[in-house]
Amino acid sequence: MCEQKIDGIIEKYRGEPGSLIHALVEIQHENHWLPREVLHKIADALTVPFAQVMQIASFYKTFSLTPKGRHEVHVCTGMTCHLRGAAKLRAKVEELTGLKDGETDAESRFTYETGACLGSCSIGPELIVDGKHYGRMTPEKIEDVLKQYE
Amino acid sequence: MSELTEIVLQIDGQEVKATAGMTVLQAAQQAGITIPTLCHHEKLEAFGGCRLCMVEVEVRGWKNYVVSCLYPVAKDIIVRTRSEKVDKIRKVLVEELMAHAPDAPELVKLAEEYGADRDRFERDASFCIVCGLCVRYCNEVKQKNAVGFIDNGARREISFIPEVAKEECWGCQECFAICPTSYAQAAYLLTEALAFPGQRKAPIHAIKPPEPVRRVIPIMPIAATT
Amino acid sequence: MPKLQSAAELEKFRAEILASRDPAKPCIAVCAGAACDGMDSAAVAAAFVAEGGKLGDKIEVRTTGCHGYCEKGPNVVVTPGDICYFEVQPGDVPEIMAATLKGEVVERLVYQDPNTGAKAVHMHEVPFYKHQTRLLIGDNPKIDPMRIDDYLAVGGYAALVKALSEMSPVQVLDEVKKANLRGRGGGGFPAGSKWETTRNAPEKTKYVIVNGHEGESAAFMDRAMLTGNPHKVLEGLIIGAYAIGAQKGFMYTRHDMPLLTKHVRNALAQAKEYGLLGKNILGSGFDFECELHFDVGIFVSGESSALMRSIEGNPPEPRPKYIRTSVSGIWDKPSNLNNVETWANVPQIITRGADWFTSIGSEKSKGTKLISLSGNVVNSGVVEVPMGTPLRTLVFDIGGGVRDGKTLKAIHFGGAMGGSIPADLIDAPLDFDGMSKLGAPIGAGGLLLMDEDTDMVEVARYLMDFLVNESCGKCAPCREGMPQMLHILTNLTKGEGKPGDLERLEDLAEVTGLASLCALGKTSADPLKSMFRYFKPDYESRIAGGSAGK
Repeated sequence: MCEQKIDGIIEKYRGEPGSLIHALVEIQHENHWLPREVLHKIADALTVPFAQVMQIASFYKTFSLTPKGRHEVHVCTGMTCHLRGAAKLRAKVEELTGLKDGETDAESRFTYETGACLGSCSIGPELIVDGKHYGRMTPEKIEDVLKQYE
Repeated sequence: MSELTEIVLQIDGQEVKATAGMTVLQAAQQAGITIPTLCHHEKLEAFGGCRLCMVEVEVRGWKNYVVSCLYPVAKDIIVRTRSEKVDKIRKVLVEELMAHAPDAPELVKLAEEYGADRDRFERDASFCIVCGLCVRYCNEVKQKNAVGFIDNGARREISFIPEVAKEECWGCQECFAICPTSYAQAAYLLTEALAFPGQRKAPIHAIKPPEPVRRVIPIMPIAATT
Repeated sequence: MPKLQSAAELEKFRAEILASRDPAKPCIAVCAGAACDGMDSAAVAAAFVAEGGKLGDKIEVRTTGCHGYCEKGPNVVVTPGDICYFEVQPGDVPEIMAATLKGEVVERLVYQDPNTGAKAVHMHEVPFYKHQTRLLIGDNPKIDPMRIDDYLAVGGYAALVKALSEMSPVQVLDEVKKANLRGRGGGGFPAGSKWETTRNAPEKTKYVIVNGHEGESAAFMDRAMLTGNPHKVLEGLIIGAYAIGAQKGFMYTRHDMPLLTKHVRNALAQAKEYGLLGKNILGSGFDFECELHFDVGIFVSGESSALMRSIEGNPPEPRPKYIRTSVSGIWDKPSNLNNVETWANVPQIITRGADWFTSIGSEKSKGTKLISLSGNVVNSGVVEVPMGTPLRTLVFDIGGGVRDGKTLKAIHFGGAMGGSIPADLIDAPLDFDGMSKLGAPIGAGGLLLMDEDTDMVEVARYLMDFLVNESCGKCAPCREGMPQMLHILTNLTKGEGKPGDLERLEDLAEVTGLASLCALGKTSADPLKSMFRYFKPDYESRIAGGSAGK
């Protein structure tokens, strides 16, 4: 965790309760998760009750209250991907990683998540690793993709 | 000023006088007409969450279903606090909430009134009906924020913040009394047991009973879950 | 770049841009829309740039927003002539460059009809494009979204110039009202009336908002528009603010699309630099600022009052709308919210007039509509057609029909809060009111084809599963009703339906629809209601016969 950067972000919004979401987004992007002590710091600096910080931080899927793996594996479960066979991709990813939706493995290699349609429906079903899209995926191809991420 | 403008509306066939800025629920209560509520509390801002106070409102011939705790009174509107649709809404809502708290006295009473079947829907005995009274009372009245909402959708629940609860809750306990299912008390004790066993800050003085007292129900043992 | 101080300065600057560009010089437009980007069109673009470097400055290479034909990406369009190349790989680049220099066409990369084998070279000959009227999305291949000059070169900000220098705010408002522009976000509510409400609200401080949240599953046209041509949307917003009397605007969009956020951020900065945002815009005396806000990944935050709570920095819980947000919205100030496509329509209404606009479309739905075509369709992509176009044109002429030679079972509109209609309603026109009556409101414009193998119970279960996770959880009917419906639907898909399940579903659907606080809950059961209307036997069979077939 890069403490200085996080403190910098918090300082930028000191005294601005209305900027809570902005601060959380920036720290999430920077640190990939939101440690409890950081949430306490945000609450104090932005003068927002800690309970409300927790409410927002736990409300949105974007925010993670637990550390994430080195690589984020995302299977799109949007409508078109669903119609085009996303369930088989999920089953294969779950089999290969041993993870369920939202989990991170013990070695912190992968965090696996399903979810939001990213609008690239035409190339669905899709696997997205660390933001890189693998379109028109088949379960057979998944192992080779995941192998590239250590 | 407009605050004092008198407005006449009709509730259940009865002419009711109200002042501008009042809600339909307030106007009804003032006229002695009962509308059921679960998330409403006179000391708190209207929330509009439980939807049990829905009524039928007719404005210039247009019928609409609105929550009376938020809907402002207006001249010549016709309000029906009971109708086939209104009763159905309340029945199904009570059935949904009884999936979580089948024995909560307030729900049991409402179930009788509206013919709700406590076993109609899949049981998920979490005991909490997420009315948010504890959260809002702690925030708006006590300004302690010792309990908050976490998560979203069906996963939404109340959660005590141990760091605050340790200091504040035992000396207050007011939310225990306003909770319609006694879950608030259970949630607090669970938090205490997990996060700060034996370290609660004891009250300095004996606490006065909170106001207004609705009831204090002994907490149900967790094992009684069905 | 010094600020443009007047309308005349802007027009002079535009003339300079055009004079510096040679229309005969070949230009290669590489699509970087969501799907093409996902197919690594960036590598294709990089190869073009490298190859172009070797050839000197004879060919211009431009990275653009979505061209539309996502199915066949990465897309490349060569001008002059609008020669379309599909599924272009980096290895194809030298051949395309060489042919372009010689004025030739690489035959193997152009469109070929899967049935007849006939080829189509130019955009207006490709079946996917030729049945469209691309008023909004058509500029995308001509514009690098990072360059405001590209937008100016196609006539951008001319509508703003006209509005500020020739029209009063009321005249602008009247033109939009006369055009009968209806909101493209779902409701089809007349934008002009909404603007007027905000304009007439007594509070002086007023806000305008672009709703670019687009959380609807399988809807991707708004981000194609906003990512590919952000200035068009911004121009519409500034004109709207002028008409309404708003001093400040908010662009609310997704945080999880890197190109989208980059383009919008850049567009706002460039507009400010050019003096199209800020104090005294083009010397008109009109001041307007615009801020960028992000949703953080939950569907309900696209609901207008929840969105406004989120801009205020509060939890995105919807507010009951007994006071409309157009009167009391952000920080209780009058706030006018329209979606991306609605704002994008504004500049052309001002430039070309309401009479021109109303000449396009159906009787009650004017102009064109952007549609995201996907699901079991041959040609998925972003499509733009006049309102009133028969669904058959969308599905077969443009979409090429159902994939893998299967037959059509249903057409679904409007994502998780929309509805499904059976294949025999294929001749229905695309129209706000008509589609609503059929039980499949257009919504934002996501159109999905479902083939003969589609299990309609599973579709309803899937959509409900999506919404359960996107609800905020504040009000009981949405929070409690949807999981109960999901539970029953899940049992039905497993063939474990019990007697009474359909009645339970109907009661839950009715009460969730009547009693929920916001649009999410209110419409959550709409797909189910459309299923009960058209596909009830599919459901009944799951009760009586266990896991009976489809």
